[in-house]
Amino acid sequence: MTDSTPAPDPEARDDAPRGTTRSARPDETQQERGETALAARTITINKRPEDVYAFWRDFSNLSGVMENVESITVRDDRTSHWVVSAPGGRTVEWDAIVTEDEPNRLLAWKSADGADVSNSGRVEFRDGGPRGTLVTATLAYDPPGGVIGKLVAKLFQKEPGIQQRRDLRRIKQFLETGEVSTSSPPNPAPKA
Amino acid sequence: MRALTWHGKHDVRVDTVPDPEIINPRDAIIKVTSTAICGSDLHLYDAYIPTLKAGDILGHEFMGEVVETGPRSTLKKGQRVVVPFVIACGSCYFCGKHQYSACDNSNPADNQDISEELWGHPAAGLFGYSHMTGGYPGGQAEYVRVPYSDVGPIVIPDGVEDEKVLFLSDILPTGWMAAENADIEPGDTVAVWGCGPVGLFAVQSAFLMGAARVIAIDHFPNRLALARKFGAEILNYEDSKIYDALMEMTGGIGPDAVIDAVGMESHGLFADNVLDQIKATAFLGTERPHVLRQAIVACRKGGRVSVPGVYGGFVDKFPMGAFMEKGLTMKTGQTHVQHYLPGLLNAILEEKIDTTFLISHRMGLEDAPHGYDIFKNNQDEVTKIVLKPDMAKA
Repeated sequence: MTDSTPAPDPEARDDAPRGTTRSARPDETQQERGETALAARTITINKRPEDVYAFWRDFSNLSGVMENVESITVRDDRTSHWVVSAPGGRTVEWDAIVTEDEPNRLLAWKSADGADVSNSGRVEFRDGGPRGTLVTATLAYDPPGGVIGKLVAKLFQKEPGIQQRRDLRRIKQFLETGEVSTSSPPNPAPKA
Repeated sequence: MRALTWHGKHDVRVDTVPDPEIINPRDAIIKVTSTAICGSDLHLYDAYIPTLKAGDILGHEFMGEVVETGPRSTLKKGQRVVVPFVIACGSCYFCGKHQYSACDNSNPADNQDISEELWGHPAAGLFGYSHMTGGYPGGQAEYVRVPYSDVGPIVIPDGVEDEKVLFLSDILPTGWMAAENADIEPGDTVAVWGCGPVGLFAVQSAFLMGAARVIAIDHFPNRLALARKFGAEILNYEDSKIYDALMEMTGGIGPDAVIDAVGMESHGLFADNVLDQIKATAFLGTERPHVLRQAIVACRKGGRVSVPGVYGGFVDKFPMGAFMEKGLTMKTGQTHVQHYLPGLLNAILEEKIDTTFLISHRMGLEDAPHGYDIFKNNQDEVTKIVLKPDMAKA
């Protein structure tokens, strides 16, 4: 039994997944937290949902494959501390708290009070049969510096929407192949 | 190590660059013994491909000896291997279907953005062919890092010289897949536009698949002579009207299958925000899409169109009416090299396919810039250049 169609917005007039509608925006709770930007993307990973979920649920796994994440420290079963690089050589930090956890199906989180960048989101895992697992990551966030800040971040390619797209690809590469594809050496300085 | 690097239009140099290193567990390092300049390298040379950076190492047709292996490589030091120009992970949905050139993972995550914007889906990684296909250093060098070395490289038995097997890396499987994509039935007449290496291998492959007649089209007398050597009838488009000639030769029916082994190469490889540049470069500066139009118009009703020639952008004035009204089928794509390697290696070892006829020039790696120059400027005489890193500079 496969369950491969992303859930549509219950109020929508068509079956488009939420996030692809022209009016896609964070939900009311998220907007109350100042999270006005939304990024949603689905990728298929050629592994079973339980494997993808298990990898994701141990957040410390993610720091090795997510590009701009400098560290993720797991504090307890529901809380982890994230340090993420931002444009201009800065870092932003927050505590992420798991708000929903359905094994092999869903993980949702929100940042705790005092976050440098307020954010919340969810990752859904759906069985795609022989194609693997459809992973839908939806991220709502408060773009630092508002619209201008978002544009600046985009210029530095640290805008969360771009990061999310690339990080999903890296996670897919790691889970499918055991490594993250790269064409440049970690230290490209010429040898004597 | 020494490597052929790109610095700008018609500016390639042999530089000293850092040796490659194992980065990922499935990597291997190959010491290159033979590497070729491909027709598609000329489009890098001509600076038609965006996302190439000064200092990039070119080359995607190469073979050599395994000198270092990562912990998850299945290769062993000392083995001789030919390396496919397409990098494929072997683990994704597409590799599972043997559609290796559609590999989802071999292009690094950041480099996937451009092709996803341009084509709707990210391209696979290729060796030495700009950053939109991965930014992987190429094989016109003393050493190369080969990612996913447990999937791509094929081990060559001892005693088989390099020149017999080198073209397994690209042009032989590309010519073979071109013929396979033409769905040739015994007795068919097949027309092939372009007698470069891919076209010439497509001619040989078409006969092996049962074609009764192959008609090869070009304007370089030497290349047409090679096609004739393999049993093709030849047409020189400078002397003859191609559509008229094909109709007369086939009693008005037209070829059962047509193969465009010219392409517009990569003249259209520009992001869509510079569409005007595409038009200026691709459509006014070249007549190449003409081949595809002519092939479609000449193809018999219900026939097949195979396109191994490289296209990157948009084709203006595509004859959709002829294509639809005649009920044609088109197949194309970058070559799924890994899929064809075992069968084609056997065909070479059993001497069913000859590849060495193609080589017109051999030179040291140090002379590669001269090689690019003569390959570009004397295509009639220069059919294929093989570079040998251990051969002294001329």
